[in-house]
Amino acid sequence: MNNVQKNRLKDQLFKYWGIFCTLIGLVLLFVFIGDILIDGISRIDWKFLTDLPSRKAEKSGIYTALMGSIWILLLTTLISFPIGVAAGIYLEEYANKNRFSSILEINISNLAGVPSIIYGLLGLEVFVRIMNLGASVLAGSLTLSLLILPIIIVATREAIKAVPSSIKDASYALGASKWQTIWNQVLPASGGGILTGVILALSRAVGETAPLIVVGALAYVPFAPQTPMDEFSVLPIQIFNWISRPQHGFIENAAAAIIILLLITFVMNGIAVYFRNKWQKKWS
Amino acid sequence: MRKIKELIIEKSLFSSALITIAITVGIVSVLAVETIRFFSEVSIIDFFTDTQWTPLFTEKHFGILPLLSGTLITSFIAIAVALPIGLSISIYLSEYAPKSFRKTVKPLLELLAAVPTVVYGFFALIVVTPFLQQIYPNLSGFNSLSAGIVMGIMIIPYVSSLSEDALHAVPKSLREASFGMGATKLQTAFKVMVPAASSGIIVSIILAISRAIGETMIVAIAAGQQPRLTLDPTVPIETITAYIVQVSLGDVQHGSLEYRTIFAAGITLFVFTFLLNTLSYRIRKKYQEKYE
Repeated sequence: MNNVQKNRLKDQLFKYWGIFCTLIGLVLLFVFIGDILIDGISRIDWKFLTDLPSRKAEKSGIYTALMGSIWILLLTTLISFPIGVAAGIYLEEYANKNRFSSILEINISNLAGVPSIIYGLLGLEVFVRIMNLGASVLAGSLTLSLLILPIIIVATREAIKAVPSSIKDASYALGASKWQTIWNQVLPASGGGILTGVILALSRAVGETAPLIVVGALAYVPFAPQTPMDEFSVLPIQIFNWISRPQHGFIENAAAAIIILLLITFVMNGIAVYFRNKWQKKWS
Repeated sequence: MRKIKELIIEKSLFSSALITIAITVGIVSVLAVETIRFFSEVSIIDFFTDTQWTPLFTEKHFGILPLLSGTLITSFIAIAVALPIGLSISIYLSEYAPKSFRKTVKPLLELLAAVPTVVYGFFALIVVTPFLQQIYPNLSGFNSLSAGIVMGIMIIPYVSSLSEDALHAVPKSLREASFGMGATKLQTAFKVMVPAASSGIIVSIILAISRAIGETMIVAIAAGQQPRLTLDPTVPIETITAYIVQVSLGDVQHGSLEYRTIFAAGITLFVFTFLLNTLSYRIRKKYQEKYE
């Protein structure tokens, strides 16, 4: 075998190695999901969704945790969406290229890399202790809002950046003010992109466990929250709690709850991808 | 009137942006204040040199080394899994794969990063550990090996996506010049493309390490709750993050020394990830200038 043939062989081998690597991650993902479905699908029925948690695995349901997750999702959206989009608009449309805005930028990029559990410590001290909110839905939502704020800001900036400047120029030429241009032209044109980022950020918030455990969310709550000041649990914490129990029945419950959690996460990701595709088509 | 309205709007947008600064100030001061209180009771030398971490026992030791070794060993295993696989994927997708294949596979791979980490913890404990025990019967029920491997699978897309973006940004002319010299795709990939995209690839690896160090639920579920200074991946250990979870689940009094330990552990974690993130930001800035 001469050198050329050797190099061609190596090239071919790497190609198959590359295909193998690409598929191994996906295959493992499908194996995991398949395994979970086998373990948990038979456990899912209407009763599982509407039953309160119980000491007995076969009587336990996810009602309180599911309601907790929905509460957290709604409040986190209400808090993080306006602040994140507003900050994104400021950075992209108003901020001058000076030292301060570059500090803002470095800071946001750093915040995106701070481990989620550190946000939990922040929430524990500031919201739970100092602001005296206790281990409430509100304290949990505020904590998660801070956590996903950097993601929303970055997504908003990217979306606004993609709006052609001709649209803005046309609006200014018609005598519109800066805010009128942003509100009537820029935001509608970048809405799909912003929405994609916000939904992805929220889907991350739904799956978060660690910061809420640190804030003091409970593994067992007898009732679903009625007000933002109530104690709460969420699906991931319920799953974590069930995984840590030795009896097999709880493992089945955990698998069933994971199916529900994955369903929520994947649906949110699907919606986000749908908006992204629809929005990308508009500009290309 | 219109000017005033415009000004109010600008100021309120500005204050939203300021919140991000407040978050950083908040994190740093919360961690710092509780840590200073912690070190008024515990010697800082013990913290860095004591080889035991037993704040919840009667005989208390406050050495961070066991938690640090747990964090580093799980992260090391994760990177050892994610780096070769992720890098191979990025090279395959950017140099070999047909465009349509790349377009379908990339979002699917990114789904790996969208799965909640508590789900990966379940995989590690219920699926991977029993599987590894068939091969290696001495493996404990809780161990850093399966937690690390599963964490590695989770961070594959962090390495592959960002590295692929970096390879994609390399000017086409470099690749074509290499082909023109008679190089194979493999030679072109490793001798031209990877070196040219090296800063972007390094950034992706640093971000993946930072992600692994801060990962909580996988290790809290599958790696155990026994802080010990060891490099043995088959025994139960505890990471910094898992310790914070363990204390938070228990009934620890606010203001007690046990309560402060989680902030001292937290600041250690924060310093590590902060250094890694700053480093990656610096490299990224430099690299953007190069190609734009």
